[in-house]
Amino acid sequence: MKFEGRVFKYSDNIDTDVIIPGRYLNSSDPEVLAAHCMEGLDSKFSSKVEKGDVIVAGSNFGSGSSREHAPLSIKASGVSCVIAKSFARIFYRNSINIGLPVFICPSGVENINTGDIVEVDIESGYIKNKNNNKAFQAEKFPLFIQEIIKAGGLIAYTKKHYC
Amino acid sequence: MGMTFVEKIMATHSDQKEVKPGEIIQAKVDMLMGNDITAPVAINEFKKIGVKEVFDKERIVLVLDHLVPSKDIKSSEQAKKVREFARENDIKYYFEVGKGGIEHCLLPEQGLIMPGEIVIGADSHTCTYGALGALGTGVGSTDLAAAMATGKLWFKVPETIKVVFSGKLNPWVSGKDLILYTIGNIGVDGALYKALEFSGEVIENLSMDNRMTISNMAIEAGAKFGIIAPDKNTKDYLKNRAVRAFSCDYYSDSDADYAQIINYDVTEIEPQVAFPHLPENTKPISKVDKIKIDMAVIGSCTNGRVEDLRISAKIFKNNKMDNGVRCILLTCSQEIYHQALTEGLIEIFITAGVAVSTPTCGPCFGGHMGILAAGEKAISTTNRNFVGRMGHPQSEVYLSNPAIAAASAVKGYITHPEEVLKSEI
Ligand code: SF4
Repeated sequence: MKFEGRVFKYSDNIDTDVIIPGRYLNSSDPEVLAAHCMEGLDSKFSSKVEKGDVIVAGSNFGSGSSREHAPLSIKASGVSCVIAKSFARIFYRNSINIGLPVFICPSGVENINTGDIVEVDIESGYIKNKNNNKAFQAEKFPLFIQEIIKAGGLIAYTKKHYC
Repeated sequence: MGMTFVEKIMATHSDQKEVKPGEIIQAKVDMLMGNDITAPVAINEFKKIGVKEVFDKERIVLVLDHLVPSKDIKSSEQAKKVREFARENDIKYYFEVGKGGIEHCLLPEQGLIMPGEIVIGADSHTCTYGALGALGTGVGSTDLAAAMATGKLWFKVPETIKVVFSGKLNPWVSGKDLILYTIGNIGVDGALYKALEFSGEVIENLSMDNRMTISNMAIEAGAKFGIIAPDKNTKDYLKNRAVRAFSCDYYSDSDADYAQIINYDVTEIEPQVAFPHLPENTKPISKVDKIKIDMAVIGSCTNGRVEDLRISAKIFKNNKMDNGVRCILLTCSQEIYHQALTEGLIEIFITAGVAVSTPTCGPCFGGHMGILAAGEKAISTTNRNFVGRMGHPQSEVYLSNPAIAAASAVKGYITHPEEVLKSEI
């Protein structure tokens, strides 16, 4: 499946407290969370973002708390995928588990800027920047993770293998 | 080639003779934990799996600690969901307001964590349990849901970085300073996807409270685990608490393969302060100017244990807080609250003008009970100083040990504890 979207680019160490501040964790409703997505960094993000848009970031994206509310808010805000130089461990797991595509692609991050239009092939991790026509290949997922993605997330995987 | 502590435990939990870093394993989990923020999401996901009951009702801990006592109706509804799930599933270790505390103080204190176990918690500071020699790690709610159904979870075996502390600790240098110093040195992603193993003579002589502070903040360097090999201290701590049989016979082989070995001479380490907005922005206290503060927070799963309260009380004794400062002290568990009361510490805090709170995460994650306004500054014994962590995105949080936080509350600006105790003489 291919997505095309506008890029919102952020720096290193974007933590889960700016992605979804703690004061909103009295709700786990994806729509409510989406309304406050990235609020700690960019209070207008939720009104600017459109379906299919892409977040591009530096290293250690999603550091800090284990709150699954962070990838949930990004997914519910319509973002199609996140491309970063590296991800914090728990955020990475959570994204795979809930079905938010995440790609590790340092060279892509270097060559993509805010406002660019990128095309991403979710299955292969092939990323194309339509503004400068450069293309990048994200790191491949380990086999086991591919299976979780194929099943449609960890809950579907667990259902299939244990029930 | 021998194995590290982490590799050994991951191997036994996945029924293998050995495992290698990078390998993905399906491991048995010994203890699972969720709180009032993460468990509601996990409960929804658990119900989608379609199993009739949890895999083991004595291996799941549910704690209400983040937004309790409820800050609003929505928080009450989340807590209610956890409470009802605990009842329906007859969860043995469910901790209600007034009977529990902050999860990472509570689980060790209640004897629920044994050395050599794998513990997952839907909370990033689950790495605290490394102080007891357990592989504790934070996961998300969906991970928790899947493990509640199956008793298993997938893990990637991490490489280990060994951190060795030697030398003699300077006055006022605590576990908090050692971990802040380490994070300042290796950076907030210095141990990303890796385990940290803390060792050396300094760690061997450190109390369990201080060890827990160190392991607690391993995640602030991106680490998956922050372990300390169990020893006599661990055994003594667990002796009258452990709810299961335990052994302290876990260690890394002398020929184990480490990603890196880092040696620190603590003789050179001063009390540390981490500047906004990352825990890696550390400075020794002697290099910190007089930064005026509006609030001091003492407590949290990092520094809310009884030793932390004792050292804070030492500073507050016969000292009133500066008029421009409010200080909120969060006892970490009901048991610690009780102990502080019995020891007369609460009396000292109240006399000094400190607002003493029932155990809650409250301000630590900007939830409730003391939120910063725009432009305000706080000194805090918590573990994160990210943008907006404790309130408005334009507020600032400085992290320190409890003695510095208490001394700063007394003076009105960030300062060395000796400035307060010296002026007493
Ligand atoms: S005290 Fe702070 S860091 Fe600890 S569990 Fe609560 S919110 Fe998290």
